[in-house]
Formats: sequence, C-alpha cells, structure tokens
Amino acid sequence: MNDKTYMKELLQEIQSYKQEVSLMEVCGTHTMAIARSGIREMVPANIKLLSGPGCPVCVTSQGDIDAVIKLCQEPGIILCTFGDMMRVPGSDSSLQEERSRGADIRVVYSPLDALEIARKNPEREVVFLGIGFETTAPTIAVSLEQAERERIKNFSLLSYHKLVPPALEVIFSDPDIRVDGLICPGHVSAVIGLKPYELLAAKYRKPCVVTGFETVDILEGIIMLLHQMSQGEARADIQYRRVVRKEGNPVAVELLERIFQPEEARWRGLGPIPGSGLKLRSAYECLDAAKKYQLPQIADLPIKGCSCGEVLTGKISPRECLLFGRGCTPLKPVGPCMVSHEGACAAYYRYTPAKERN
Amino acid sequence: MCLGVPGKILEVKENDVAQVDVDGNQLDISIRLTPEVQRGQFVLVHAGFAMEIIDESLAVETMDLLKELQKYRELGI
Amino acid sequence: MKIDRVLLAHGSGGLMSQQLVEEIFKKEWNNPYLEPMLDGALLDLPAGRVVMTTDSFVITPLFFPGGDIGKLSICGTVNDLVACGAKPLFLSTALIIEEGLPMSDLIQIAQSMARTAREAGVQLVTGDTKVVEKGSADGIFINTTGIGVIAEGIDYRPQRIQPGDLVVVSGTMGDHGLAIMARREGLSFSTPVNSDCAPLFRIGQVLEAFGGNVRCMRDPTRGGLATVLNELARQSGRGIKVVEEDIPVNPAVAGACDMLGMDPLYMANEGKMVIVLAPERAAEILAELQKIDIAAEAAIIGEVRAEPAGLVLIETELGAERILGILEGEHVPRIC
Repeated sequence: MNDKTYMKELLQEIQSYKQEVSLMEVCGTHTMAIARSGIREMVPANIKLLSGPGCPVCVTSQGDIDAVIKLCQEPGIILCTFGDMMRVPGSDSSLQEERSRGADIRVVYSPLDALEIARKNPEREVVFLGIGFETTAPTIAVSLEQAERERIKNFSLLSYHKLVPPALEVIFSDPDIRVDGLICPGHVSAVIGLKPYELLAAKYRKPCVVTGFETVDILEGIIMLLHQMSQGEARADIQYRRVVRKEGNPVAVELLERIFQPEEARWRGLGPIPGSGLKLRSAYECLDAAKKYQLPQIADLPIKGCSCGEVLTGKISPRECLLFGRGCTPLKPVGPCMVSHEGACAAYYRYTPAKERN
Repeated sequence: MCLGVPGKILEVKENDVAQVDVDGNQLDISIRLTPEVQRGQFVLVHAGFAMEIIDESLAVETMDLLKELQKYRELGI
Repeated sequence: MKIDRVLLAHGSGGLMSQQLVEEIFKKEWNNPYLEPMLDGALLDLPAGRVVMTTDSFVITPLFFPGGDIGKLSICGTVNDLVACGAKPLFLSTALIIEEGLPMSDLIQIAQSMARTAREAGVQLVTGDTKVVEKGSADGIFINTTGIGVIAEGIDYRPQRIQPGDLVVVSGTMGDHGLAIMARREGLSFSTPVNSDCAPLFRIGQVLEAFGGNVRCMRDPTRGGLATVLNELARQSGRGIKVVEEDIPVNPAVAGACDMLGMDPLYMANEGKMVIVLAPERAAEILAELQKIDIAAEAAIIGEVRAEPAGLVLIETELGAERILGILEGEHVPRIC
C-alpha cells in the first residue's frame, strides 16, 4: 500500500467517527503541520482540533520580553537568540528594532554557536536567550556544561525555558476549556518519555497520544485518540514509536536535572504556573544571566485587542481574534502568535484553506 | 525551533561530535545526548544536536495500525 | 597592473580609471560595439519590437558554488528579456566598486561576465565604473540593462492567460536561495546544492516555435515560485491551482529547508522559468523543453482557473486546497 492510499484510508477511518470531540494539539510544530497539510479541512466538523500553548516563543510573557530588550541595551553584551524571537513585539520595541539601533544581537541555529561566539570574543559578555521546552533545554544544558568545563567566564544563559506537562495540567483543569484528548508533542516527549502523560491521563481520564509530525503520523495519532474514546479508554500511548521511547532520553533528563531546577514561570495566556519553568541550580549561578545582570522582573503590560492568551489556550481560534489579518499580520505583528514560526495565528494566516479566503 | 529532522550518522568523531547527513547536506552535530550512537544509524537532529536514535523498524509497525483497527472492528470490539 | 586592490582613484575618471577600463573591461569584453569607447554604443537592431529591462545585483557573498555576482548580473537581465519573449542582444553595465576590492576578484568577475555573455549570445556594449569609499558597498554592486527584440507571433503577457491553461516550471525550485543561505555566516553545513544561475535563452528558442501556445513566462527570482504565481494570478485576473507533490524540489533543498524552517516555494531561483501554456500542445512543448539540459526536469505543476480570481491555491498531499500566499514579513538576506 503506498503512502497516498494509506492516507486516504486513515482519513476515511476518521470521517467514519460521528461523535463531537475536541482534540488539542499542544505543540506549535503540530499546529504548523496540521495547517500546512490541510488536515483540519479534511477532518469532519464534529472533530474539533484546538491549538494549545505549545509555542515557546508565544507563551513567553510580555514582561519577560521587555526584560530581554532591557538587557540587550546594556553596553558590551552580545545577545544570542534563535531566529523567532527577533520580531516578537515587546511593549515598546523588539529585538530587531534594538539591533537596528546598534544592539549586538545575533541569530544562531544552536546554543553551541553562541558558546563559540563567547570563545571568540573573550572581552565581551555573551548571553544566550533560552527559550524552548524540553526538546531545547537539554541542548542548552550541554552548552552550559561545556562552558563550565572550559571555564568560559563570559557566557551566560537568560532562562525562560518552560516545561510542558504543568501547562497541560492547567489546560485539563480549566472548566472553560473543553479538551477530550491530547495530541502530545513528539520531540518534547522524545526527551521526557511517556510517564508525565500517564499521570495526566489517569488523573483527568483523557487519552493522550504522543504523535509525530508527518501527515501520516498526525492522522494515525488522531485515530488512536478516537479509538480510545470509542472504547471509553483514557491511556497515554505513543504513535511516534520510531523516535519516542517510553522512558524518553535518560541522558537528556539527567542533564536537565543536574543543571536546572523547576520554578514558577509566567505563561502568556495561562498566568503563573508553579514548577513550570527551568532555573539554573545554585552550582551554576555564575552562568545565570538574570543574576549576573540583576534583571528586574518587569510587569506584563497587556496589549489592547491582543487575544494571544485566549488563542494559546484554545478558547478562541486565531480567526476569532479581532485583530487577525486586520491590525495584526506577519508583517506588522501585534502579538507573538502571529510572528513565531510555530504560532497558531501565523499558521492560520500562512496556510489559509481555500474556502476561508474571505 | 522545535524542528527536528532525520539524519544519518556518517562518522563518529571525538569530543561527542558526529558528522551527519540530512538529505545530502552534511553538518557536524553534538551527540552528547545520544552517546551510544553508531555510524549508519539515523538520529533526530535538532538545534545542532542528535536528540534520539530513530528506529525505522518501528515505523513499519505503526503502518499496520490501520489493519489492527480494522481487525478490531470486524471482531465487534 | 601592479596595484592589487581597487582604489578610489580608479573611479575618478583620470589615468587610473582609463587603465582599469582598458586592462580589464575592454580586454575581457571586447566586441565591435564596445571597441570605439564612445560615450554610448551605436547599435544595429534587427526588425521587431524592442524590449529593454534593467536589474541591479547586490548579492553577498560575491562568489558562490554555481556562480558569482558577474555571472548573475548577466543571467538576471538576459532571463528577464527571455521572459518578455525577446531574443537578448545587448547589455550595458554599471559597476559600483567598493574601495579595497581585490583586483583579482574584479578580474574574475569581469571574466565571468564575459563568459556568460558569450554563452548567452549577448554583447556588453557600454559601461560605467564608479568607486566608493570602504563600507559603502559590499565589495561590488552591479547593474545591467539589456535590450532584445521580440519576433513576430510572440506575445507573452499575463493578460493572455486563460482558464484551462497549464503552468509549467523548468526545473527544481529553491536551489539558488538555499545555496546562498548555506554559505552565509552562521550556517555551518555543507550542502551539495549549487546556485542554478544560468542564462535561459535556449528556453526562449524552444518556445518560439510554438508561437501563441505560450501565454506568458516569468523567472521566479526573489520571493520564489509562490511570488511569481501570485503576480501572474493578480495581473491576469485568473486563479491558479498547483499540486504540491508535482513541484520539483531537490531532496537536499527540501531537507535543508526542513532543518532551517524555510519553504523552497519562497526561495530564489536564478536559472528557472515559470511558463503558462495553452493546453493543446502542452505535452509536446514539455517534451521539447526536457531535451535541453537547463530544463531537463521541467514539469507541469498546475492549471489556470477562472476562480478564485487573483489567488493561487495549492493542493496538499492530502487533497486539501489552501491558499499559497505571497511572502509576508520575512526579512530575507540579500540573495540576488
């Protein structure tokens, strides 16, 4: 059976399901993949696919973004960041704007690149902007481990790293959010394994399926969820078996636990969630940019009309935001959901289904 | 950012580094998170790192999912 | 010439300027039109409608696998003339050189321009050179302006595009954009992908024989295939639908784009054409195109419809149709 035929069969299977259900796809990469492939259009109307808070750029709070912008205005600092963060609007500016005003901000593909910049510029202070979930945090942990081993004194991390499972708890326990099943992030789960979802599935009696990112993966993941629901089951399961193991990646987990400890973190849309952020342990304090530069915590200044918070929790779909496509576009974004590569609004905007063209 | 692509390990070098091939593109990545990886194996590449070893034989298993479900339906389960 | 770098004096119009022109440009590009070294070139044009086009090239890096800024400056303008349905004949060039550019680089670029011009069957007939202070140009900026003549029976305009027409691309998408991105600072992977930079006059020659069966051509440079398709849809007032899996993309380009989060349909091409054909002889035209090396992978990727007017739709592998929009909001580095 070739791919296309198999895909058609999977779709038919999904289309034969008649119950009204809401499935949340947590991960921003899933949001993009679902929008790009047209899965949302091909799935029957009784199956709602909601986008969740799985975009690490999007859930960075407004105040935290303002704090980063403040830091990069310090003289002598080289701020290294993943590309997405450049155009995210703070309350007044953005990293891109600061760069055009002379701040030394460099886009990197890997935190190891940032470490190399620190080695090459011993007289400058290099700060890596740590944004990402459990897929990315271990890569930063390795860079910090290396910095410590080589005694690199001019490198530090500004950590806004967050953990996915605590956010899922908030989603499941919010009475205003109806989620019947969870499409769990494939690559985060490659690190954390199945255990966190087993706990969630048992506690909230909702099926959770760790899913890959190809179209076939997502269709299979949806079927596995629907099948559990039709059997009245609520288990955690893995569709993405070629990459994700039940125990996750123990090497990565051990590294995370050695270098980071959980702390409360502010999530755009979800508010402060205890134990949902990663902070450097005291042994690694000298690598902590927030301590080193005594960054104050800046209050969130909500942007008028911006509904990113509701989009991130699946309470509204991007098109229901009043600014979508009107005051807020990828060219002139108001909130991060429209500008991040994994933002739900960016996905809906970039990949508009033919029938929604007006 | 969460982008992960499959790559084939061409050569395991020193200091937790390996050369990987992604559809003909070649780059050096860190294998600190997958220290047991060997030449010829496939890994998930993300942000300059190998995150996990990919087991393609398991991919074949998931393709049979549909057949299993059909079997369940036929049996009335 | 003993001086190994371009100096400000080379642009002042005096002795050193003359030396630069004589010893490099006239030597490399010599032809009967350039030879008299007048303020302008006296041209003999064959009968037909005259087309003129201009383009400036600010690419960095100057040298890249598959070409350099010199080759690009010829191909870009030649291909615009080809897209208009013209036989490219004469090019002018204006060079703005940054003080300090190694002379060997300038010679290499001039030679590259000469070689590409010969290959494309065009002549560089007049030019201008300026030198600017260090920091005012990225090595060198080049403008080329081209003149060509359109033969009888050729009329390539988006207004001629009709529902039922077929859309063809002459080869794989995104190669040039990816080749340039991969060689920039900060992206340290080696890719087998080279720029596809090439003059496409032979495509023009093949299509000439089919007269009115060819509606329109465009080269998908900056902004890629998606941008050109949207231009054609808007200017023709028709809808265009393409099928994603029919669009040829080099696997290395697809893989690299996956890694970087980019989309080959929005990446530049410098040796490809998008061609809209009447359906009647499309299969025959495609077969003829595939015989030439620069269009060996030519493929039909979609069709023209009456609706939705002005928009481009793309059918995914799942059979869903979504809008293929224009590039919005992405800052793309200088790639052409």
